[in-house]
Amino acid sequence: MTFPPLIQELRRALGGENVISAPSELAVYDCDAFTARRRRPEAVVFPRSGRDVAETVRIALRHGVSIVPRGAGTSLAGGCLPGECSLLMMLSRMNRILEINLRDRTAVVEPGVLNLQLTTALGREKAGCHFAPDPSSQGASTIGGNVATNAGGPHTLKYGVTVNHVLGVEAVLGDGRIVQFGPVEDPAAFDLSGLMIGSEGTLGIVTKVWVRLTPDPQDHRAFRAIFDSLEDASNTVTQIIAAGIVPAALELMDQGILGAVEAAFAFGFPADAGAVLVIEIDGLTVGLDPQEEQIVALCKKNHAREVLQASTERERELLWKCRKSAVGATGRLSPSYILEDGVVPRTQLPRILGRIAEIGRKHQIRIVNVAHAGDGNVHPILLYDERDPEEFQRAMAAGREVLDECLACGGSITAEHGVGVQKLEFMPRQFTPADLAALRHVKTAFDPAGVLNPGKLIPS
Amino acid sequence: MTIESRNNVETNRPGSAENGWPAFARVGPGNPAAGISYELFLRCVHCGLCTSSCPTFTELGDENDGPRGRIQLMRMVADGRAELTERMRDHLELCLDCRACVTACPSGVEYGRLIEPFRLAVKQADTRLEERYDWFREIVLLRLFPYADRLRLVLLPVRIMQRLGLFDVAECLGLFKLIPGRLGRMVPLLPPPVRGGPRLPKFLPAVGRKRARVAFFTGCVADAMFRQTHWATVRVLQQNGCDVFVPPEQCCCGAIHYHAGDGRGARKMADQNLVAFELDRYDAIIVNHGGCGAMMKEYGLHWQDGLQPHRAKFAEKVKDVHEFLDELGFVPPGGRIEATVTYHDSCHLAHAQGVADAPRRMIAKIPGLEIRDLPESGICCGSAGTYNLFEAEMADRLADRKLQNILSTGAEIVLAANAGCLLQILAEVRKQKASVRVMHTMDLLDLSYRNVSL
Repeated sequence: MTFPPLIQELRRALGGENVISAPSELAVYDCDAFTARRRRPEAVVFPRSGRDVAETVRIALRHGVSIVPRGAGTSLAGGCLPGECSLLMMLSRMNRILEINLRDRTAVVEPGVLNLQLTTALGREKAGCHFAPDPSSQGASTIGGNVATNAGGPHTLKYGVTVNHVLGVEAVLGDGRIVQFGPVEDPAAFDLSGLMIGSEGTLGIVTKVWVRLTPDPQDHRAFRAIFDSLEDASNTVTQIIAAGIVPAALELMDQGILGAVEAAFAFGFPADAGAVLVIEIDGLTVGLDPQEEQIVALCKKNHAREVLQASTERERELLWKCRKSAVGATGRLSPSYILEDGVVPRTQLPRILGRIAEIGRKHQIRIVNVAHAGDGNVHPILLYDERDPEEFQRAMAAGREVLDECLACGGSITAEHGVGVQKLEFMPRQFTPADLAALRHVKTAFDPAGVLNPGKLIPS
Repeated sequence: MTIESRNNVETNRPGSAENGWPAFARVGPGNPAAGISYELFLRCVHCGLCTSSCPTFTELGDENDGPRGRIQLMRMVADGRAELTERMRDHLELCLDCRACVTACPSGVEYGRLIEPFRLAVKQADTRLEERYDWFREIVLLRLFPYADRLRLVLLPVRIMQRLGLFDVAECLGLFKLIPGRLGRMVPLLPPPVRGGPRLPKFLPAVGRKRARVAFFTGCVADAMFRQTHWATVRVLQQNGCDVFVPPEQCCCGAIHYHAGDGRGARKMADQNLVAFELDRYDAIIVNHGGCGAMMKEYGLHWQDGLQPHRAKFAEKVKDVHEFLDELGFVPPGGRIEATVTYHDSCHLAHAQGVADAPRRMIAKIPGLEIRDLPESGICCGSAGTYNLFEAEMADRLADRKLQNILSTGAEIVLAANAGCLLQILAEVRKQKASVRVMHTMDLLDLSYRNVSL
């Protein structure tokens, strides 16, 4: 079998078993969890080390093809959509936990390590600490992907997002050089590690991550508050935050998504509930009672039908499973969906949720909602049938209007999923031409040839 | 540009057939997806939450070897967007059908109802199978394995060798490595000889107050290799107040035939079992091996003919022994067993049947026993029916992964409730000369009831 020169060179450099080039095997890489756009890569490579990554970048440079890095392919914004003439770089075979240092509370991992893999490994060692970013996809998504998107999760309300938990990265830049930023608390020069986080693979391909480990809280309690209306639930969120309480997590699910969640996990949410808040508080045991009292009182004030505490650890885990798997359960409602990721100031939460419902009615698109409500991060899920092109266009239009509305509320077009290709068109609305020019300068400094994930994050 | 950009057509407009994607459901006769409801494909929203649960994806890191990718491969064929190539077929064949992805999937994709009929159709359409006589499939797989008596007879010389110690000598000398192919793969899987006991009688009465009336399914390989476990199981059932009937006309569940691509042979076995078990006489049909139970619970799904309603009714009566006793209200055993154990989830029990908590709850009632969590308990051991005979390399990798996880717990005993897992783990333990005992959960419970030490 003869291969084109590019493939031959890749096979020589990485080994034949680490390069895929047969068209029938490339098809499964034509999209990630954002399925509205698809394109096949020229080849898929599976590096085993930072040197493999660097070698691939150099080969790509020589052949004028670009590189799209991919971890678990759970991006909801098309961050891993292959570009025109691109190599897809699967980092799944770089999946070793290199070091766990419990005295310094740090760990060193390769980018393909799953988020939950690290936490499970820590649990097995009874380390008493964990990796705090907990995106809902944490069972499948990789730490490399978390770094690329600066991923959040329910518990970011109290603990912060990925950038708050990464001490340093090793990365391959667009010229094929391997650099290391950090791992230090306070970089002597620019915070380039911070710059890499959330850059969606456009500045470098991260090949090693130094992460901070967070001590497990002494105690935690999880509640579910059942509301008749979405408005009552969102008002409660606003008031909890305004009261100065910082719950570990403050999550919202509306009636539509609760139907799918209930079908998947049979938790026992009432079918007629307008919305449910999942609230978790943690910290020292002695501090939890007053917080609980305050929160329950605010829920009741806003007409909560009931506020129930998860009575066992198992029940708490199931409650979280319901919340974290909610988006994945959407297949029970519709063959396809677009998931938006907008942010608004928390006081605007009731307004944006009201507007989302209106937008859905206007475009005749069913929209169901989950939200990291405490952060003002809404995730409206727009349902459509991919076999109906006209309905798809309506869903896209509704999605655009939702993001417009987020901007009008003084918010942002993304909180944690990244820009990818999904929100590229919104960048000029959120950023001025001068802002965008600055972004492009940064991009050019790291990746002068534009080989790394072009067409993402920064509009050309 | 150095390579032809043939595939480089970006589409952002679903339904645009001119771009070659997606054209929906062009399933015609001759398409392996012809018998599959298209709605089953549409359930998958491509979120990717399943990938990390998949043993082959975990080992290889290639989406072609993960559930989401495999569904996409099958759907491309269903849509007429791609011809089934040899490589695609290899990726589909490498699937263990362990259903870990079904447990992981929040959207409720019924993966088994996609991969099984698809692979069956591919095998049946494969003309090479007809042209080239596959003696292993025809004789060993379809005519020997599913029949406990024949299997026991064939194994008799081996058993005699084992008792005389000749088996170990031959193994040490590496003589078995001279046996070629799949037959050679089978030799190390043979468990050391254990006295299985006589054939189960037709009826065993409840001990104490009678609480249920059940039929017991004995199966094929399970009966030939693990009859002692059958005895243990019926004793446990008796101790729990069950009258146990063992209908003698019953046969293999048909899983071996079904997975080897012989749907007709499988249906014949299913239908013989329909006759053998008089449904109205029993509260449940009890199965103690996950693989057989999963197959029988799916009798109602596999064949759409006049007997389908009857098969569906049969399937409803099928209960795994742990599941049944847990629902009935399990009578805790009294005998102390001072040991550390860990429990391995058989895929077809945990993922296909959703029975994972009941066995753990039951063994937790054994006095003196210390239970340790098994890391990656739900990742397949590589046995997967007859998978280990056909996909040797992957099966070996998964067996090693399983054993390393077992050893990491420091447990003295690993429990599992499926014949394939027991054989596979036992073989790996022997191969690596590890010191850990491999037992069925019922074996251990039975010891505790009878107050017999290990």
